[in-house]
Amino acid sequence: MIQPKIEKKYNTKAIQLLITVVIFLLLYFLIKPSENNFLWRLPPLIAGLPFLINDFVSYLMYDFMPIEIYDPDIDDFEDSPIIKEITRSISSAVLFCIQVIREVLVGGVKTIVTFTSWDFVRDNEWAYWPGLPWTFVCSATMLLGFILQGVRLASLAGLATLYIAIFGQWEPAMQTVSLVLIAAPVSFLIGLTFGVLAFKSTKMEAILTPLLNVAQTMPQFSYLVPAMVFFGVGDHAGAIATIIFATPPMIRLTLLGLKKVPPEVIESGLMSGCNDLQLMFRVLIPTARRDILIGVNQVIMQCLAMAVIASFIGAKGLGFNLLLALNSLKVGKALELGICIVLIAVVLDKLSLAWADKQVDYFSKSDFLSRHWYKILLIGLLFFWSVVAYIGGFFFKEGFNYLYIIPHNKGITTEHFWQAGVDWILDTFFFSLKAFSDFLIINVLIPIKNAYLGMPVAATFVLVMSVGYIIGGFQSAIVVGGFLLFIALTEWWDRALITAYMTTFGVVISAIIGITVGSLCAQSSFASKTILLVCDTFQTFPSFIYLIPVIMLFGVTDTSVLTAVIVYATIPATRYTVEGLRSVPVALHDAASMSGVNKLQRWVKIELPMAFPHIMLGVNQTIVFALFMVIIGALIGTDDLGQYILKALSDKNGIGNGLSLGLCVAFIGLAADHLIRTWAREKKKELGL
Amino acid sequence: MSAKGSEQIKASPVIKCESVYKIFGLNATKMLSGANGNVDAEEFQKAGCVVGVNNASFELFEGEMLVVMGLSGSGKSTLLRCISRLTTATSGKISINGSDLLSMGNKELIELRRNKMGMVFQSFALLPHKTVLENIAFPLQIKGNSTTESVARAMEMVNLVGLSGRENYFPRELSGGQQQRVGIARSLAVEPDIWFLDEPFSALDPLIRKEMQDEFLRLQGVLNKTILFVTHDFDEALRLADRIAIMKDGIIEQLDTPANIVLSPATEYVRKFTEDVPREKVLKIESIMNPIKDKDQLGDLRVSKDSLIESVAESVLSQAALVGVVDNSGEIVGSLDHLKVIKVLFGDKNNKN
Repeated sequence: MIQPKIEKKYNTKAIQLLITVVIFLLLYFLIKPSENNFLWRLPPLIAGLPFLINDFVSYLMYDFMPIEIYDPDIDDFEDSPIIKEITRSISSAVLFCIQVIREVLVGGVKTIVTFTSWDFVRDNEWAYWPGLPWTFVCSATMLLGFILQGVRLASLAGLATLYIAIFGQWEPAMQTVSLVLIAAPVSFLIGLTFGVLAFKSTKMEAILTPLLNVAQTMPQFSYLVPAMVFFGVGDHAGAIATIIFATPPMIRLTLLGLKKVPPEVIESGLMSGCNDLQLMFRVLIPTARRDILIGVNQVIMQCLAMAVIASFIGAKGLGFNLLLALNSLKVGKALELGICIVLIAVVLDKLSLAWADKQVDYFSKSDFLSRHWYKILLIGLLFFWSVVAYIGGFFFKEGFNYLYIIPHNKGITTEHFWQAGVDWILDTFFFSLKAFSDFLIINVLIPIKNAYLGMPVAATFVLVMSVGYIIGGFQSAIVVGGFLLFIALTEWWDRALITAYMTTFGVVISAIIGITVGSLCAQSSFASKTILLVCDTFQTFPSFIYLIPVIMLFGVTDTSVLTAVIVYATIPATRYTVEGLRSVPVALHDAASMSGVNKLQRWVKIELPMAFPHIMLGVNQTIVFALFMVIIGALIGTDDLGQYILKALSDKNGIGNGLSLGLCVAFIGLAADHLIRTWAREKKKELGL
Repeated sequence: MSAKGSEQIKASPVIKCESVYKIFGLNATKMLSGANGNVDAEEFQKAGCVVGVNNASFELFEGEMLVVMGLSGSGKSTLLRCISRLTTATSGKISINGSDLLSMGNKELIELRRNKMGMVFQSFALLPHKTVLENIAFPLQIKGNSTTESVARAMEMVNLVGLSGRENYFPRELSGGQQQRVGIARSLAVEPDIWFLDEPFSALDPLIRKEMQDEFLRLQGVLNKTILFVTHDFDEALRLADRIAIMKDGIIEQLDTPANIVLSPATEYVRKFTEDVPREKVLKIESIMNPIKDKDQLGDLRVSKDSLIESVAESVLSQAALVGVVDNSGEIVGSLDHLKVIKVLFGDKNNKN
């Protein structure tokens, strides 16, 4: 009885879809392109939104609630708007924290200046913090790796720091690390707090959820402009942008973890007589520890990705150098810097994960030496390497003490090797690469792009809203229609179409590659583990790292951007496919085998349908990844929304444009996200998962 | 298992419930006050409310063990949670040692839980990041006891539940039975007067369950707590209970001693549960003995009037002569003939078919 009913339902949906496509095509060809035709393009009714935002922000910053502030220079009180004072104090606090860590790592005088004065430093030559020798930092990271996990992590950490040091990237690397070491803990604390608040109050959760959705689909660039406007330019602004960007996943994972705590565990806490605070900090958070620590790991990754992008607004460090190298097309240099960033990412990632897996040993032997051996060793190491660095000062006469710090132009460099490699590739394959790229651009990309740009706005609405209706009913149609309407009413509809074209192209290819590779690897447990490891590793690379090799191959073209998009966006598609297929119950496999299916039949008839909702969630991730990469592609020249966001960065009144453009990108992502999630949820319900 | 008999009437109850209702749903309170005490589950369901507990009234005395038995969804766990105030009853009155539970403030409630109550959970509900010892010491530390004191007490509990040598294990390193021993030890660490057990052995394998029930009876023999025990297993209820409350759709169908429930089920629903229960497992010799006519007729065998028929049936049937029944002081109070025993063992089933 049930079987034919499902068949019928499926058919109505297919027919609905068919009708939609037919109407779409009719509208596509019937509506004439003309500026005055509202079916072709909607008038930019909210083009004034950016100006509104600008006015509002400048009102906030310059006129809102003036308070009297004492100015020591003119020895008098002066009116200053409160917001400006607040952001100014936040800025200086953050900057101070970054500087302290930075000077511990590489030395300097600014911390001492903060507590005394520039005159004091000038008069007293000894008032200079010398920074730690790289040899000590290297061995200390090794020790940390050893304590947290063992020899393997110790050698990874050791090799990574060694690489950074001997390639002469010590100073910029430590600048980046100092920014991350401030941004990550702050993100963690803010994220944890809001996660807890959202868990405690459903109202808070209802407010936070849409904000988190938007925040997690806003491209990184969009965070830079507001940070710049409110906090100025420099390391502190970079750190604040990083914190805002890295916090949403932490909030989400905290909430997720807390919600997963079994009700009986909470009850057991209550029956043990916990009050509210005890329940939260001694029962809930420790029990949700795993998810919360995954959040920490995410925060570190996001911080590192953002710390580099933050170099646009003056954050010092590897990112700044990388940006310079990319802009002057020094691919070899960029590659070396990229490896440094990846190494820092991997080491911090592994250290934080190891920390997550580490169970505290409460019952260790209690004598002083066995409890404190690593602290003693650490002090010993500091002493030893300081002495070595001191002696080294006599040994290296030409002014550079290699045992203390290796300057950026004195380290080993493989730049020439890479550059030669790039030259060789270009010399050898220039014509075939160029021919491929040209063919792709002329015969595939430009026609698709034109087809997208040739879409009348009415046709787009019909298509997207109908799909919304078919998937999730009236409500979904309204939701996606709303997202679309916002974009259509700005003046960037055409730019958004270009973003959409690049994203769809990237997503389709990524999904095909990802699902194929994932399905093949899922057939054996060894291959599954390997591919998941590969995905893990690639996911720790900050996104723009992918731009380096593609520029090597295809130069500054759309092909480069799309190649980077495809490589980057294939990761989630592959991962979710493997996970989805591997989670099909073994009993179902056995049942299928007993029905006499072969491998291909099993894959088509059983595994794929069962895993499909999960795979679609992977495709959802793929869309977000692709969207982000398309926007970052602005760095090597595109003409979509991303390029306009990048332009907003150098505009004095860029905040309105930057935020509105960011919202456009976020809404594209959210529309796709809404459709896929709704579909996957319905499908899962149907399959009883 | 202490039958209190006539003392019950005099002593004041440890737990006293008077027409307790628990209704889930948005307008539960309004619906309930409109219903005037006559709650019809179906009617409420139509209005979007779910009836958890429907007019529960009973008293529980010190040292007594009440087993609440019912199938899933019968409201037995909800009743337990109302009395521990993990959920707040919609209406009714619950007194713990004479003080009103529902009017207690948060502070009093925490105080009560820290000192008077212990609870064991079906899924063990141990804290995964703490060791056996730390889990057991947890309620003590929450109370504010010093670490050395808590650990010393927790170590006593570890020994009491037979987990010595495993105190530094994490819950994930233990079997289900061992985890529940930790749960039991934790719930007893603060020496509570009232002990709640919510299907404590349901998640365990049958053999382990039997072992844990024995362990539980041993503990109760030593500690003599006032116990509210929830289970869906009728055999378990019969094995452990002083009194059994059988629940269905939130209503207590019958609340009585195991023997009375088996011998005279109050409702059709209860009868269905009891019809397959072997009588010899619940009935005591006392319930089938005859008055003594002539002491000389009795053989040499003596059985206690409090033993279960099952435990003495074999020796009784192997005797040719009548068997004497004695009370606790060894006085002969009755006699037992084979026919009665045989009737209990086989009789009912034959009648049924």
